Amino acid sequence: MADLLSIAKKVVGWADDHEAVEVVAVHERDTEIRVYGGEIEQFTASESQGVGVRVLRDNRQGFAYAGSLDEDVLAETLAEARDNAAFGTPDEFLGLAEPDGVAVPALGLFDERVDTMATDAKIALAIDLEAKTLGGDPRISGIESADYVDSISESAIVSTAGIESTSRESGSYVTVTALAEEDGDTQIGFGFSVGRDPNALDVGKAASDAADRATRLLGATQPESERLTIVFDPFVTAQFLGILGGTMDGDAVFKGYSLFADRMNDDVASPLFTLIDDPTNTDAFTAGETDGEGLASRRNVLVEKGRLNSFVHNAYTGRRMDTSSTGSAVRSYSSVPRVGTRALFLEPGTQSQNELIAGIDNGVLIQGVSGIHSGVNPVSGDFSTGAEGLRIRNGALGEPLREITIASTLQRMLGDIQAVGSDVDWLPMSAAGVSLVIADVTMSGS
Amino acid sequence: MLDDALVASTLDTALLGGADFAEVFVEDKRNSSAFLDDGKIEELTSGRDRGAGIRVVSGDTTGFAHTADLSEDGLRKAAEAAAAAARGGGGGVRKVTLERQHASRDIEVETFPETVAKATKVELLQRADEAARSTGDAISQVSARYGDSRRKILVANSDGLLAGDDQVRTLFSINCVAVGDTGMQTGRESHGRTVGFETFDHHDVSEMARVAANRAITKLSARPAPSGAQTVVVGPGGGGVLFHEACGHGLEADLVAKSASVFAGRMGEQVASPLVTLIDDGTMSAEWGNFAIDDEGRPAQRNVLIQDGILTDYMYDQIRARKEGRPSSGNGRRQSYQHLPMVRMTNTYITGGEDNPADIIASTPNGIYVAQLGGGQVNTATGDFVFGMTEAYLIEDGKITDPIREGNLIGNGPEVLNRIDALGNDFAMGHPGTCGKDGQGVPVGDGTPTLRVTSMTVGGTAA
Repeated sequence: MADLLSIAKKVVGWADDHEAVEVVAVHERDTEIRVYGGEIEQFTASESQGVGVRVLRDNRQGFAYAGSLDEDVLAETLAEARDNAAFGTPDEFLGLAEPDGVAVPALGLFDERVDTMATDAKIALAIDLEAKTLGGDPRISGIESADYVDSISESAIVSTAGIESTSRESGSYVTVTALAEEDGDTQIGFGFSVGRDPNALDVGKAASDAADRATRLLGATQPESERLTIVFDPFVTAQFLGILGGTMDGDAVFKGYSLFADRMNDDVASPLFTLIDDPTNTDAFTAGETDGEGLASRRNVLVEKGRLNSFVHNAYTGRRMDTSSTGSAVRSYSSVPRVGTRALFLEPGTQSQNELIAGIDNGVLIQGVSGIHSGVNPVSGDFSTGAEGLRIRNGALGEPLREITIASTLQRMLGDIQAVGSDVDWLPMSAAGVSLVIADVTMSGS
Repeated sequence: MLDDALVASTLDTALLGGADFAEVFVEDKRNSSAFLDDGKIEELTSGRDRGAGIRVVSGDTTGFAHTADLSEDGLRKAAEAAAAAARGGGGGVRKVTLERQHASRDIEVETFPETVAKATKVELLQRADEAARSTGDAISQVSARYGDSRRKILVANSDGLLAGDDQVRTLFSINCVAVGDTGMQTGRESHGRTVGFETFDHHDVSEMARVAANRAITKLSARPAPSGAQTVVVGPGGGGVLFHEACGHGLEADLVAKSASVFAGRMGEQVASPLVTLIDDGTMSAEWGNFAIDDEGRPAQRNVLIQDGILTDYMYDQIRARKEGRPSSGNGRRQSYQHLPMVRMTNTYITGGEDNPADIIASTPNGIYVAQLGGGQVNTATGDFVFGMTEAYLIEDGKITDPIREGNLIGNGPEVLNRIDALGNDFAMGHPGTCGKDGQGVPVGDGTPTLRVTSMTVGGTAA
């Protein structure tokens, strides 16, 4: 395999005296195995690579990328980025990230067992996942997909500003989507298990989660509209945090695209709410030693006991808002570094989901939401999403509900948080789940 | 793009393990984009992706490998990897004879993106920014994006097929934020065509900018959306996503085969109001989901899925079609050479009816008029869907009155199809979309005339 660091250094070496250049080079290998009916349905072995080049000249920025690391392609990509820079609007805050002295943590995010595990053992995991899901409950009528996926990704970032960083990470997961059927009603449910070492994947948990999610919604009906207390299942909370994270990036804030733009140091949430973005936490699926500009990852407390404490920044938004990067540049090789939260989680409370539910007279456990991205306006805070779940009555779970929407505003929901659970669940996404109780939400049904 | 003999020998290598079917898909894609935000051109980006995906099918197993190395050696390695992944049975040598097929679109690209000066693309965004900001003092922020792509593909398979396409797409979108006493609201407009830069000769970005700005300004005076069951009138072009989500996905044969669709086993049955005819049409000139051949080399087709309320067909890719002993319907698509093709929609729409749209509104005592829907999502197994309303109004006493704030519409595909009781004569296509399935995005179009659904659930905050 090509040496990414030397490739990136070579291109940076081509920079002339009037420009600043940053090069990201990546290489990734993926395996995807989908089984159906005990046989391999699809087996994908892929290897991809790419380079992204950012050029700054006269306070203007240009970018180009290519899905290849061939020598002629590298030269063409630099030339194209240079040409593109001529058309950007001059902006004194533009510039590359400068080394800031924060030590890069050694997180050990590569596990060679992704590489050394035999292909047949990976196939067996997927077959076992399908069989366990089908065998778990007589109401499971079929499997839409049962997959094993792993990846090994390497990258190097080098710049004329003195950045020189490399990373190597591995990941694997299994995921299954099950169909359940009873009395003519069909429901669907998913489950997964995530790990850097595929030997540690919990196929049984993925299978039983999918079966539970599908079967417990069987016979669901549409309730009448009312206002009540909701409990977000951990997976739903993770999606909710993802939306919130989008309102706390420096870019959205200084451009006025965030409802939190003028709220720094204000109380924006219940005192129970402490929101942390920490890509140095190795439990996080999206943990990383460095950010998209090659700076060290770090722990950022965004909301502390309800008080807005920090936004996240890359080099540009940091300069623009008269502060510094929080190590929050996010990118692929095909884009300039953007800014965003990388591994969000909520400081957990002390009660399990069952204990939280026991304290609710009238509510709904929201098992899944759909259309959450289209239904939330990060500027106005209006929140409306389709949902399904289980009725909570007198402290216990009751009948399944479907075709409901829940609506409020982000501002009100944050203020109305009654409790955070103790059940932190790290998911294959950039936010962790945990049960979350929110009062006084409008549930629309019939 | 590649020498025919090299393509044929790669197929031979892929078939060495005794596979039933092999395919080489070659792609060379260039794109460029420019982004304006906060009054500044943030940057221009150029991208190039080139490579080949090789698919080998043995029995029910598909093996797939891709490579960015289009040399003889690179292609051979990928073909061997795909063949090994498919784990074919007995060996044997099979030679493929390729026959070039010609498929064409009914309009030609006039101005290829690479012939347009970068300064001209940038100027387009600046003009839009200016038009949006001069629409009203309430406009506080504007972002706009220009993007183009030219995607050359070549598909060859062990059935002897050899076909190519040169797909050019051009996209413009603008987002405006308006500030008022009630807070901030956003408005959006977009335009995308499977043609070149000449589309802006007929579609003025300044006008689109004013539309987006006015959407944001209008919403400043919006009332909270009601909640609960409502009669919903959907405006022309604004609601196609409803049928993409609510029916289209459930008519994809791969989901049907796994019984993950509410429409499984219902061929020939009445599944919708007799007013409804649903079509998926990859041949629609210049529309966002248009192409000459799909990503399996099959010419684009017009497929009638529901005729006068009766389910008449599903959509097929090559794999599903082979299993069922029928031809593909030209719906095999993939995001790039790095992805396996699967059943995907193209341009999906409900055909126009006979009602005067004004009469439809006048005969609706109370309800919601949805001019524009946002993104959506569907559970294909249950048919339950949800999507956002980005521009909507109350209907009171048969008249469109106040704008309402954003909220979601939820419903069930089969139920909504049966509850359509009026269909306008004003068919229009909607906005360019990207449809996501299994992690792959492909460009799609949609359309509807004005239509009325007797009851859908609106998720708002008003009591």
